[in-house]
Amino acid sequence: MSISVAGVLARPKTAVPRPRKRSLPLRWISPVALVLLWQAASSTGVLPPDKLASPLTVVASAGELIADGQLGEAFAVSLGRVFFGFLLGGVVGVVLGLVSGLSRWGETLLDPPVQMLRTLPHLGLIPLFILWFGIGEEPKLALVAAGVAFPLYLNLHAGIRQTDPGLVEAAKVLGYTRVERVVHVVLPSAVPQSLVGLRIALGTAWLSLIVGEQINADAGLGFLINNAREFLRTDIVVVGLVVYALLGLTTDYLVRLLERRVLRWRAR
Amino acid sequence: MASAVSIRGLHKAFGSRVVLDGVDLEIAPGEFVALLGRSGCGKSTLLRILAGLDSDVRGSFSVPGTVSIAFQQPRLLPWRRVWRNVSLGLHGVDGREVARKALDEVRLPDHADAWPLTLSGGEAQRVSLARALVRQPDVLLLDEPFGALDALTRLAMHRLVEDLWEAHRPAVLLVTHDVDEALLLADRIVVLDEGRVVASHFVDLPRPRRRASFVEQRVRVLADLGVDDAQAA
Ligand SMILES: Nc1ncnc2c1ncn2[C@@H]1O[C@H](COP(=O)(O)OP(=O)(O)OP(=O)(O)O)[C@@H](O)[C@H]1O
Ligand SMILES: [Mg+2]
Repeated sequence: MSISVAGVLARPKTAVPRPRKRSLPLRWISPVALVLLWQAASSTGVLPPDKLASPLTVVASAGELIADGQLGEAFAVSLGRVFFGFLLGGVVGVVLGLVSGLSRWGETLLDPPVQMLRTLPHLGLIPLFILWFGIGEEPKLALVAAGVAFPLYLNLHAGIRQTDPGLVEAAKVLGYTRVERVVHVVLPSAVPQSLVGLRIALGTAWLSLIVGEQINADAGLGFLINNAREFLRTDIVVVGLVVYALLGLTTDYLVRLLERRVLRWRAR
Repeated sequence: MASAVSIRGLHKAFGSRVVLDGVDLEIAPGEFVALLGRSGCGKSTLLRILAGLDSDVRGSFSVPGTVSIAFQQPRLLPWRRVWRNVSLGLHGVDGREVARKALDEVRLPDHADAWPLTLSGGEAQRVSLARALVRQPDVLLLDEPFGALDALTRLAMHRLVEDLWEAHRPAVLLVTHDVDEALLLADRIVVLDEGRVVASHFVDLPRPRRRASFVEQRVRVLADLGVDDAQAA
């Protein structure tokens, strides 16, 4: 994933590709082989544990970390950071996106500065955020929020702008009120693009969290990982990374579910 | 009785390009008028003006009653089910019930809960007609509503439009490129050229009409459109 993810404005997919079920078991061959190879390298001593722990050790450590509650606690802290950061950035991105999408003046005043700011790689803002917010929770939330607000704004704004003028015209002649035009025509037509923005925003949120948690964390997954590094516990580092990955996959999956539900009007 | 549509000296220009240059047209209540003319002569522009979508004009026009329109593309909201498409924008009625009746009328009783993107072109166009009609318009504007349909579907739509018109009696202004379609449906055929109405024919034939009955009229209308001689007949 590139650093300035906030600048990404992808096109929504026009059709959900059908997963090819038949080849699914075959696709597992090489990943499983790689894990086996990794285990073999660890067992024979080719891969020393202070560089990378073996898969079995990682699994065992994961079990311990879960059992003694460390992982659960770290998980809860990190999830909380993403949640509140996302909420903050989400509100800002959506409100600004709506204002600039729905009103000419809003667009004239809001869009130029946002378009300029979006070119900044938001992870590069860390030094400023530390100066502004210190090294507590605030810079971490701010980083997540900044990473979330931009893709949401950009895609919501673009989605609204892409509304088919033909539909708006039809709605006018058919006597829709202004509110009805916004609710039934403009906003629904911005939904596919906005969901793309949501997906990007979630990816950026996790990335921002991981980077943000490098700032003097005293709790959370980042703390768990950094702490483990000091004691050369590569097994715990890997556990932390896997949890990050699973979190990312889970949210992506949830967005897919949401997409399927919200976009079910699309022809199959 | 006041006209359903009354247009006097209507001018419309896009920048320096003059599209309508003094259009005069009266349409009586319940009258079915077909508007013919070359591509680009301003037919859609005229309809858009009457529908209130373009007010940057000179001259005067009045459409005292309610106006409804069906475009060449059905322009349904893909994210609202068919019945919602029909009833949205109506206020103070039971939308579901109104839509059910209208869909019955356009012979789509089983598609109320379908998503628009699952409809065929002809079905979508019928929904668009139902949507125009539930507003009980005094004036119904039709901008080549059958242009994108295949020949067979088009024949079925002609019958449908005639039936609907006879049942509701709105004044209709139908834009079409198809002279036969105009002769089949219209009380009067109006030809637009160079920004003006250059010809107007009454079609005094009993309904339902057959093609054989309007051979002579066809030649005259084609002549007005600049297509001469009998080969067209
Ligand atoms: N928004 C616009 N801006 C500039 N020119 C326009 C605009 N809308 C229409 N025109 C021009 O006005 C002329 C008339 O267009 P109009 O769509 O009314 O033609 P039409 O008679 O409906 O043609 P067709 O039969 O092909 O649909 C065309 O030359 C077109 O290029
Ligand atoms: Mg046209």
